[in-house]
Amino acid sequence: MKKIIKILVETTTKLIFIAAGIIICAPVFLVITGSVMGSSDLQECLAPVFQDAKGFVSWKLIPKYPTIEHYIKLLFQTPQFFVLFWNSVKMTLFILAGQMLVGIPAAWAFAVYPVRGKNVLFTLYVVLMLLPFQVTMFSTYLILNKLSLLNTHWAVILPAIFNTFPIFVAYGGFKSIPDALLEAARIDGAGELYIFIKIGFVLGKSGILSAIVLGFLEYWNMIEQPLAFIENKALWPLSLYLPEIDWTRAGFAFSASVIMLIPAVFVFVMGQDYLEQGIVYSGLKL
Amino acid sequence: MKSKVSVKKRKIHRRKQRAFVCFLFPSLAGVIVFVLLPFIDVIRRSFMTVMSGLFVGIENYKKVIHNQAFALAVKNTIHFTGTAIPLLVVIGLVASMALSKLKDTRVIKSLYLFPMAMPTATVVIVWRMFFYKQDFDSLVASYLWKNIGYTLILWLAGIAAIPREFVEAAHVDGAGWFRCFIYVKLPCLKGSLYTIIILSFLNSFKIYREAYLVAGSYPGQDIYLLQHIFNNWYINLEFDKLAAATVIVGLFLFVFIILLNLFWNSDKK
Repeated sequence: MKKIIKILVETTTKLIFIAAGIIICAPVFLVITGSVMGSSDLQECLAPVFQDAKGFVSWKLIPKYPTIEHYIKLLFQTPQFFVLFWNSVKMTLFILAGQMLVGIPAAWAFAVYPVRGKNVLFTLYVVLMLLPFQVTMFSTYLILNKLSLLNTHWAVILPAIFNTFPIFVAYGGFKSIPDALLEAARIDGAGELYIFIKIGFVLGKSGILSAIVLGFLEYWNMIEQPLAFIENKALWPLSLYLPEIDWTRAGFAFSASVIMLIPAVFVFVMGQDYLEQGIVYSGLKL
Repeated sequence: MKSKVSVKKRKIHRRKQRAFVCFLFPSLAGVIVFVLLPFIDVIRRSFMTVMSGLFVGIENYKKVIHNQAFALAVKNTIHFTGTAIPLLVVIGLVASMALSKLKDTRVIKSLYLFPMAMPTATVVIVWRMFFYKQDFDSLVASYLWKNIGYTLILWLAGIAAIPREFVEAAHVDGAGWFRCFIYVKLPCLKGSLYTIIILSFLNSFKIYREAYLVAGSYPGQDIYLLQHIFNNWYINLEFDKLAAATVIVGLFLFVFIILLNLFWNSDKK
């Protein structure tokens, strides 16, 4: 009897969690159905909100006449869309590659070498990581201006490369490597660079991948940085352009949203374990 | 013989020091060039006029402190973080307590983590459809929605690390569920709490994305945040006030973070 009650309770809790989780993910379903709705259908659904600014949206989960008109318009008649998509891809990739080159060795240095004064530097990095964009915005503007990089992609890429967040994530992965292993490698005559590449990269892989997953989700969504440092809208990433689409072209906005979601969902699904790992790592040495 | 060992030890130590410097150098150089040096420039500018660059003492600081919009923004930001973070922490703890008792939670976890992958732009489109009011509550709701996933993960990791023997010993001693929770589990979760507070604080500033994309540069009175005023002064080239505000807020956060860090580390020992 007790066992039955226990199973019942467990199943109910599970169902409640799943139901709440589906509500949390509901925006995705809305966007997907919206992207295959005809324009007139959409107007009808959205008008109460945007024209009268009152009343609720009436939404159909399965559109009456599904259509791919928005996707065709987006992919075949809007070359500008590809430019923006490419901007997003380019900036995200350069930032992640730069962070790997700069941040991963720094994480290794902090995790492996017992050097005096290390903690002071580490605390400085913690503070820098926690400062919101707005507090560093003006100083970043000044240096970008001095280097005449404003209004180029580098204005967004370069400062992001030196963001200290990935260091803390990768640090967690490196810290899990036993010290004795490194000492053994040293006794066998391995150089420090060799140890970093052969042992660090292999055993600290989960930390590095975690940093990449978290970084991708962050920079694929960049808003503040391009808004502040890039005036030319042709250089904007998709994340900043999307909200500019007027509601009367909602179908267009929805289909663009879906396209933008695809890489993020792909990374999310492929890297969910690393995402979880990364979240735990990022908290290890705060 | 002994001296030979110590010489070798010193050699290895020097080699480690050299490696530390080499590995850290690119990052540190970038931080110095892109963050620290320009910040010194900001401090310098906070004592000067915008155009002519005349030294004006603490005039800019006075302007910022007496600025009504700044006061409103500070009030709203404190209100927001003071509401959203405790809500997130408590909801996350309650949910993860229940969740930790279940098996096979992978699907559930991914449902809650998914908002992290949703582009803000997409969220905003949907948001506009449902929260036509764009007020304080919808901002808090949006924050909770986006951040509940990693809060759950961190709490779950903390709960999983509570030594089983502690809980069992408490039960043997006759402690009920509630006492066990307060006196045994909660103290073990202190580390997780600290991490969650720091990370949700870091992410609380990013709510500006939603606020800005939904309501623009000048939203309603109750969601005009510090991020808005920084951005507006930046766009209007009011660099004197921007510099002073940067120094004030930066210094405040610096002290706040250091104190939190010290408090935490003293606790560990």
